Amino acid sequence: MIVQIQGSKQTGKKYWRSLEELADTTQFKQWVAQEFPATAEDAADGNSRRKFLNIMAASMGLAGLTACRRPEEHILPYSKSIEEQIPGVPLRYASVFSLGTRAQGLVVESSDGRPTKIEGNPQHPNSLGAASGFAQASVLCLYDPDRSRSVLEGGKASKWETFSESLKAQNWGDGSGLRVLSQAVNSPTLSALRAEILTKYPKSAWVEYEPINEDTLLAGSALAFGQRLRPVYDLEKAKVILSLDSDFLLHDSPGLEATRGYAKGRRNAEGLSRLYVAESNYSITGAQADHRLRLKPSEVLGFASDLAREAGALPQGLKILGQNDKFGKWTKSVAKDLLENKGSAVVIAGARQPAEVHAIAALLNQIIGAIGSTVNYIKHERESMSAGVTKLSEDLTAGIVKTVVILGGNPAYDAPAHTNLAANLKKASVIHLGYEVNETAKLAGWHIPEAHYLESWGDALCDGVASIQQPLIEPMFGGKSAIEVAALLAGLSPKGFELVKSHWKLDDKSWRKALHDGVIASAKDDFVKVVADPKRVDAAVSAAPKLVSGMEVAFFPSATAYDGRFANNGWLQETPDPMLKLVWDNAGIISPKTAKVLAVENGDMLAITVAGKTASVPAMILPGHADETVSVTLGYGRKEIGRVGKDVGVDVYPIRANAGMGFSAAQIVKGSGHHNLVTTQEHFSMEARPIVREAKVEDYHHHKNFATHEDEEIEQYSIYGYHEYDKGNQWGLVVDLNSCVGCNACITACQAENNIPIVGKDQVERGREMHWIRLDRYFSSTSEDENHVASEDPQVVYQPMACQQCETAPCESVCPVAATNHSPEGLNDMAYNRCVGTRYCANNCPFKVRRFNYLNWHKDMEESTKMVFNPNVTVRMRGIMEKCTYCVQRVQEAKIQAKVEGRRDLRDGEIKTACQQTCPAEAITFGNINDPNSAVSKLKKNDLNYGLLKELNLKPRTSYLAKLRNPNPELA
Amino acid sequence: MALIFPKHLDAIVRTLAPLLGLGALSGIGLAFFATLPDNLEPGYMPVQPVPYSHKLHAGNLGLDCLYCHSTVDKSSFAAVPASQTCMNCHKQVKKDSESIRPIKESFESGMPVNWLKVHKLPDYVYFNHKAHVNVGVSCVSCHGRIDQMVEVKQFANLSMSWCLECHRNPAPNIRPVELVTKLDWKPEGRDPADIGRELIAQKHINPPTNCSGCHR
Repeated sequence: MIVQIQGSKQTGKKYWRSLEELADTTQFKQWVAQEFPATAEDAADGNSRRKFLNIMAASMGLAGLTACRRPEEHILPYSKSIEEQIPGVPLRYASVFSLGTRAQGLVVESSDGRPTKIEGNPQHPNSLGAASGFAQASVLCLYDPDRSRSVLEGGKASKWETFSESLKAQNWGDGSGLRVLSQAVNSPTLSALRAEILTKYPKSAWVEYEPINEDTLLAGSALAFGQRLRPVYDLEKAKVILSLDSDFLLHDSPGLEATRGYAKGRRNAEGLSRLYVAESNYSITGAQADHRLRLKPSEVLGFASDLAREAGALPQGLKILGQNDKFGKWTKSVAKDLLENKGSAVVIAGARQPAEVHAIAALLNQIIGAIGSTVNYIKHERESMSAGVTKLSEDLTAGIVKTVVILGGNPAYDAPAHTNLAANLKKASVIHLGYEVNETAKLAGWHIPEAHYLESWGDALCDGVASIQQPLIEPMFGGKSAIEVAALLAGLSPKGFELVKSHWKLDDKSWRKALHDGVIASAKDDFVKVVADPKRVDAAVSAAPKLVSGMEVAFFPSATAYDGRFANNGWLQETPDPMLKLVWDNAGIISPKTAKVLAVENGDMLAITVAGKTASVPAMILPGHADETVSVTLGYGRKEIGRVGKDVGVDVYPIRANAGMGFSAAQIVKGSGHHNLVTTQEHFSMEARPIVREAKVEDYHHHKNFATHEDEEIEQYSIYGYHEYDKGNQWGLVVDLNSCVGCNACITACQAENNIPIVGKDQVERGREMHWIRLDRYFSSTSEDENHVASEDPQVVYQPMACQQCETAPCESVCPVAATNHSPEGLNDMAYNRCVGTRYCANNCPFKVRRFNYLNWHKDMEESTKMVFNPNVTVRMRGIMEKCTYCVQRVQEAKIQAKVEGRRDLRDGEIKTACQQTCPAEAITFGNINDPNSAVSKLKKNDLNYGLLKELNLKPRTSYLAKLRNPNPELA
Repeated sequence: MALIFPKHLDAIVRTLAPLLGLGALSGIGLAFFATLPDNLEPGYMPVQPVPYSHKLHAGNLGLDCLYCHSTVDKSSFAAVPASQTCMNCHKQVKKDSESIRPIKESFESGMPVNWLKVHKLPDYVYFNHKAHVNVGVSCVSCHGRIDQMVEVKQFANLSMSWCLECHRNPAPNIRPVELVTKLDWKPEGRDPADIGRELIAQKHINPPTNCSGCHR
């Protein structure tokens, strides 16, 4: 069977979004019946309609009086002109965004002095023009009104000058009582300052700590190669990829270039790469897998070593999991496949796994000839962060440490549980540089507001690529950077720009070039030649703890809050988790089988106990998750934070200790109580229509037209007929389902570009989320049974869904006020100022992609947050319908620019929609379908191209390329 | 049931009712007429903080519009010049005049001059100067004879139908690009619309009339 269409009568795959949909529960049916479930009467603030009418009457009266005079508006020109600054013309600056131990090169757009939009820097090898969701959302953090605004001394407002005077007056002698605790030092300037401080205070110590770190990865390479190295992958070359619990497309991403390379390997139907994933949680990398093995996290080591022994990377020995039929078949087939693809296969180990798994991955890479081809290693001298922070805590307990200078981060919240750091910090005087008055700031004698990366000079070095972090705006709330505070400690003048510039010692021309390009050096020459030592690894593997039975807990970074630092970012909080579609919460993810064993349903509390400490986490059932394991996401349950993130979700750091930073054995029982988890997975359901299409690659070679051959051929009548769609620019878009990895970056990019509001958990529960792009996640399983039981191993397909820009748009014909109309270029235009909010259009939209502003979501927005708005897009009021416009503001600007330059035609690729520009996988292509040579036209001619709901004669301008899977016949 | 009002009131009501109705109707009509863009918008002339005369500078002295409004062909905004631009001349000319004191103060203090906006479009209209000026729509088409105004006042009603009038038939308002700031331009012996039509054909000028042309 090749055609696997949802709802198809033939025994194909069945696609569903949630277990409720599969079981066809009453609750699900209600969701489907009511696309817009409740009326505007039940406003969040409790205003009844009567009260609303009262308020309206009063404001009408006032409006009547004030309308007699025309409101005065002012024009405030500069006093003196600023070079290159033209009002209304955005400027772009290259900069760099550090997150944990990684950095992404960016190009940041400044609209009249306000940074408004983040894009990737095409010249930066770690971003290649794409930007992650975190990078996209980081601009909102800049304008966060809850940021720390003042230097605090013992909780009372003070001044930077007072602080620097007091620091200068300190006498630390040889520094034996001084410790510096910073976030990962990616900055060469900060690194140099660290050396200077350590020279000045030889007995002091500088500890780097990130809760999401690469300790085991570096320890693994030390075990295999004898030196601390970081792997750099070239996945475009890889024909066979094995992930050992690595979510390399999202959480364990070495850089966006990994996603880019992987996606390229999936677009080529002739040489489609094959992905094996062995993992516990269902990650987005697992969703891409051709074969996915569900394992407890502790079993990965057993699987990896069995595989290595099978492949000959490790000496023969006792197989740990080999007895089990399923694992035996897996190790044989995967080992064979890897060895058959020497030089074009690669093994990637995940950050949660112990050093031994990373070492085995290195050995496997050696034996399959990956090193030097699909993977290279680069020196990365970074000491173990967990060990460092443990040592610091011991020194604090021993009373050796008198002063701790904390440069950024929130260690009191996210340090390993066994260190008891928050309590121990009280024994010393603490100086805290932080972005917000957080848990750590509350313990500090001095708190200094930290400058955002868009406000301060800095630099970053990641995998041999150095970039200058260029600020776009003066610190909004007088913040200082880590570099500046470190300089003060070192006794230097704390001026960020001079520190960075003097560190790089570039002549004026090269300095300007470095700023302009955003890249200083290239990575390639830093690759080291390495040989792995199987004996050492074998000894370590043999000594490693063997399998233990019982429940386990695994810790994951949050796709929204990361480690907790983005908890106050509304854009991220409201972005649905890629797999769970959960918003404004974290959860303990368990398999349906484990849920049955524990007798819990979605939202029931789980009591997870590790080493005597218990966390109470709401359960969330995910088909495809490993049994006897609960996966929890970090970064929630913040107590000392701004209004957005306070008390959202639960804090699981108390059960994360050094012995199990990735995962550990745990006692898990049903706890008491229930928590309301809100997901978007059933919202705007497409109800069993053939929306997602996929096939095995070998079947595709026999039936090239599988994507469209089931479409009904109907006579094409249209009640529209007045547009000449064969003339001029005709915009179209293609989404390649083979490339889309479901990383959510497009959702945040769209939110930033189009001024999309956030609505809050309560309103999402009512189905009022405003995202223009809905990233549908479908589970699928081949089941002949119709008894609505979820497969234990369902596959997952992602499909981004936004306005399809139908040529014969059903929304247009029902609008009573002609607020939505067709443009001659094939766009379904939306004139917001005309819309009266009948919602007829949304009711008539077969794709359910229109969004209605039930309330004025911007009402309580602080002035500082308004600075993030894109000036080229209308901010919509309550009562207005909105939807994707193909970023028509970008289309118009490009057309006008072409006109100014005297060009008649636009160049292909000149206009990029926001989602397309940020997509690390290059899954989205936009352009003129009237131009036969445009990239989008070529894709539309591809065999895999299909439009949705052809039987409705909608002629959507968005189409999809059907997904191909490349399963191993031996494992199928 | 007893009657509340005496019978003879009927006559009064019968006389007054049509009068009241007529009054209400004419009230509505008046309100409608008074709020037409044509009656509401043109002629708006706020008092500016600096008594700057366009008639003197652009008319009598012959300064080109682009000397001050230098971004008009580069940006959507036709920026009001920085105080620095004024001081280019006024460092020498009339440097002690009371009228230019606010400019001088602004130049020295770095604070902007608080000009009042005359031509105002709603926030949901994305008018773009650069798109118009670069295809040969003259300043005069929308702003009138600025070079004859001592104080700037609004010339056109700036309503949507007024915009569309030109977008549907641009020929009368298209001229050679180099002449856009020549407000008194009159081609000798030719209809300007003919020249406009030639230019439209030559440059493929095709102004949008769909929603997203101006609303985003």
